[in-house]
Amino acid sequence: MSEVGKTPTPAGRAGTKKELPEHFKAYKHVWVFIEQERGQVHPVSWELMGAGRKLADKLKVDLAAVVIGPNAEVTTQTAAESFRYGADLAYVVADDILSDYRNESYTKALTDVVNTYKPEILLLGATTLGRDLAGSVATTLLTGLTADCTELDVDTDGSLAATRPTFGGSLLCTIYTLNYRPQMATVRPRVMSMPEPVERPVGRIVFHPLGLVEDDIVTKVLSFMPDRDSAKSNLAYADVVVAGGLGLGSPENFQLVRQLAAVLGADYGCSRPLVQKGWAPADRQIGQTGKTIRPKLYIAAGISGAIQHRVGVEGADMIVAINTDKNAPIFDFAHVGIVTDAIRLLPALTEAFRARLSPHSRDRMAS
Amino acid sequence: MHIIVCIKQVPDSAQIRVHPVTNTIMRQGVPTIINPYDLFALEAALALRDKLGGEVTVLTMGPPSAEDSLRKALTFGADRAVLLTDRFFAGADTLATTYALATAIRKINDVYGAADIVFTGKQTIDGDTAQVGPGIAKRLGLLQLTYVSKVGSLDLTARTIDVERRSEGGVQVLRTRLPCLVTMLEASNEIRRGTMADALRAARAEVVKWSAQDAGVEDISKCGLRGSPTIVKRVFAPPARAERASMVEFGQEPPADALIKAIFARQPKLEADLAELARGY
Ligand SMILES: Cc1cc2nc3c(=O)[nH]c(=O)nc-3n(C[C@H](O)[C@H](O)[C@H](O)COP(=O)(O)OP(=O)(O)OC[C@H]3O[C@@H](n4cnc5c(N)ncnc54)[C@H](O)[C@@H]3O)c2cc1C
Repeated sequence: MSEVGKTPTPAGRAGTKKELPEHFKAYKHVWVFIEQERGQVHPVSWELMGAGRKLADKLKVDLAAVVIGPNAEVTTQTAAESFRYGADLAYVVADDILSDYRNESYTKALTDVVNTYKPEILLLGATTLGRDLAGSVATTLLTGLTADCTELDVDTDGSLAATRPTFGGSLLCTIYTLNYRPQMATVRPRVMSMPEPVERPVGRIVFHPLGLVEDDIVTKVLSFMPDRDSAKSNLAYADVVVAGGLGLGSPENFQLVRQLAAVLGADYGCSRPLVQKGWAPADRQIGQTGKTIRPKLYIAAGISGAIQHRVGVEGADMIVAINTDKNAPIFDFAHVGIVTDAIRLLPALTEAFRARLSPHSRDRMAS
Repeated sequence: MHIIVCIKQVPDSAQIRVHPVTNTIMRQGVPTIINPYDLFALEAALALRDKLGGEVTVLTMGPPSAEDSLRKALTFGADRAVLLTDRFFAGADTLATTYALATAIRKINDVYGAADIVFTGKQTIDGDTAQVGPGIAKRLGLLQLTYVSKVGSLDLTARTIDVERRSEGGVQVLRTRLPCLVTMLEASNEIRRGTMADALRAARAEVVKWSAQDAGVEDISKCGLRGSPTIVKRVFAPPARAERASMVEFGQEPPADALIKAIFARQPKLEADLAELARGY
């Protein structure tokens, strides 16, 4: 991924497309790495299949899933599942050494499959696992990797155009990997929409051996401590989200956001400065470096709408913005806006929603 | 024990302003800081050194002014600072960055003793890729432990290290061998204040400055813009949606009622959805 704030490369240097070196011309097809841990496929993998399908169709090539996991039914099942999300074929590396994610074994597996079957595009989820793996694989292959893309497309000449926000500004940049293959990119969960699974004829599974024994792998997993369910915030997958920003002015006022969320049965979130100030925990941050959300309704109170926030919420069906500044950038992408003091509006909104949505509580309040 | 900590000097994002017309970043006058994630790496390194003895070397690649961040790291108690600076490094993407840093780490190993651990933050706040740590590890053949929330026991005789690593849905407890590369998760510790003695020492300390050649870079075409497989082809402002938000005018009506009306008018189905959610709650 290119460094921040880097100006576009002047034409005549790396910016002009040279002829792709001969040995890279054999690289064809779009691949998605399917992230599977302890029998669970991360939803981001299916989201990427949706994006990958579009790229493959444009390029008129195949879409392949890469499934790496234990030599057990879950792994082949996951491969079969990938056909429902649009894969034409699946490359499977199944070995009990791969039961737990470890960088060494997974890097070896994925790098080998890439070197053997040569994809032109390789997509991974920008999760802890995906980022750990993508960085190692790209460096091993000495190819380009663009992190946290918000949009993927193919150019008229077939190059992958990977778009992501640039640092600090209200700007996006489109990054190319011109003369290296595969072109690699990661995408965060929920950035791409989940494709509808379809019943499809079974695709082709290609098994590839790992070629490692346990003794080859230095790192050992001593144990795994699953998160308590209560500790997990389901923000990314919530149907309704209410969030607050710096405009709320104080941690006490941020409680108003939580109260509205409670009445709506919604999850709550915030902009990044609130995490930095310690008003809210890190897993509540929405945006480029926090969670990406795609709710039916998103209510943003006292949030200006910086690009880093915007890219995390644009998938919402309806964005409602409350801001005192009628020129706040959030009104450029919200669907419904209201120019007023959120600190006063939020409690009133909580009560009005309570009254409207729950006849039961209205009765109680009336008595 | 010898520990190397890679840090990066970044603009303080809290103080960045965007030019309202040109949409470009106004960098002038924006103060720089050590990438906040790197401070967790630095503290983890200093704590290990305090417990087990040895030295901590901080390394950064950047413009000459990045010396400030190294000096700051010295005030926290780092023993030595190395600045990798050369115009050949400019415009590097992550692959070219890891080439330069890995080369410099080899040189540090030669000159100051082989590192047992290389620490980095989990990512920077400007590039935000989390790719540089894994890239350095791969280039140096170091075992890689990313998103580490806790460094557990470290056995210098057996040369093993145990860590807790954040993964999706839980924490992995891993044991691996030294030398290794660790990227630290945020909130895993808190950077110390640094003593007066450290501050005095930092003020006097000499920061080692290496050009590409000094660091032992053999192939300059692998550095900077030339060594970067990715290129930024286009920088642009996000397109505004075709229609701006429809603004709720409320006049005499309570604003909350007006807003709710506007929401449901636009998407009538939402009311039933919300009622169901609220009941579920
Ligand atoms: C690398 C990088 C990554 C980033 N990642 C993220 C990210 O993931 N998520 C994120 O959110 N940000 C992120 N940011 C920060 C982002 O650029 C903005 O700084 C941040 O989103 C601004 O937060 P805010 O809208 O809460 O605050 P501000 O920009 O300060 O906006 C406050 C808003 O509140 C309004 N307001 C003030 N008083 C009231 C009131 N009483 N009632 C209603 N409105 C009021 C103001 O008009 C203003 O629009 C990132 C930045 C960088 C550099």
